[in-house]
Amino acid sequence: MSVTLHRDYAGAKLGMWLFLFTELLLFGGLFLLYAAYLARYPQEFGAAGREMQLAFGTVNTVILITSSLLAAMAVTAIQRNRQQAAFRLLVGTILCALVFLGNKYLEWSIEIGRGIYPGSERLVAGPPGESVFYSLYYLTAGLHGLHVLIGGFFLALVAVRVRMGTIHAGDFVLLENGALYWHLVDLIWIFIFPLYYLIL
Amino acid sequence: MSEQHHIISYRKLIAVWAGLLFLTALTVWAARHQVGIGHVWISLAIAAAKGGLVIAVFMHMRYEGRLLRWLLFVALSVLAIFIGLTFFDVLYR
Repeated sequence: MSVTLHRDYAGAKLGMWLFLFTELLLFGGLFLLYAAYLARYPQEFGAAGREMQLAFGTVNTVILITSSLLAAMAVTAIQRNRQQAAFRLLVGTILCALVFLGNKYLEWSIEIGRGIYPGSERLVAGPPGESVFYSLYYLTAGLHGLHVLIGGFFLALVAVRVRMGTIHAGDFVLLENGALYWHLVDLIWIFIFPLYYLIL
Repeated sequence: MSEQHHIISYRKLIAVWAGLLFLTALTVWAARHQVGIGHVWISLAIAAAKGGLVIAVFMHMRYEGRLLRWLLFVALSVLAIFIGLTFFDVLYR
């Protein structure tokens, strides 16, 4: 008995985009909270933002933008029927994700060491605006970090399938959707970076 | 598959990557040279430009059909309406 696989390229991509819109609104809610509290505590947000570690933020921005480039190049490679190149580019993307998360670990360790974490003695004793800033920062960056982790796993799955040859020039929608998800992760960070790290 | 897929060249992708890095440097520079909360608008404008580049080229939106473009427009409009209407309340309390 032969099995006919039903494929719907446009439908698969439409579904991915609809999902990405819900993600935009999810993070949009957090940015809305940020904006409302920035209007209420501009001085405190400024003071809290000055304590952020700009070097980590900038390096992670460059890493995510580069990883996005590699993911986009992987899509081009698979369309040109270059499996090996697509696989290597995906591995590069995943390595960038790991470095990003490693930096996040170091950055948060330093901050927690300084007594900056939700509910810490220092923030409870300080002005309320600063603790709001850091609570929102940990929530938004934490949720974003979770997306980096999920995106990395998804792309690893895609990379394995590219290696096995089940994703190829004739059927690459899974790779394209994985890349779309990855670009969304990059897109969200593009807004997190100036709002949290550059409020000097 | 019957659909035509647009292939974006490596060269174009790398050009967009360079543009994104330039805008990142610009936003850091702008934040360091303008003190005060006013630069949040400059930062947001640069972030919007970067986001536009990512969506248009990396996410292939430039080459998509009308359906996806309109859906993107609707999603972004909904977000703008949420934020805008909230500020009608927050700003005039």
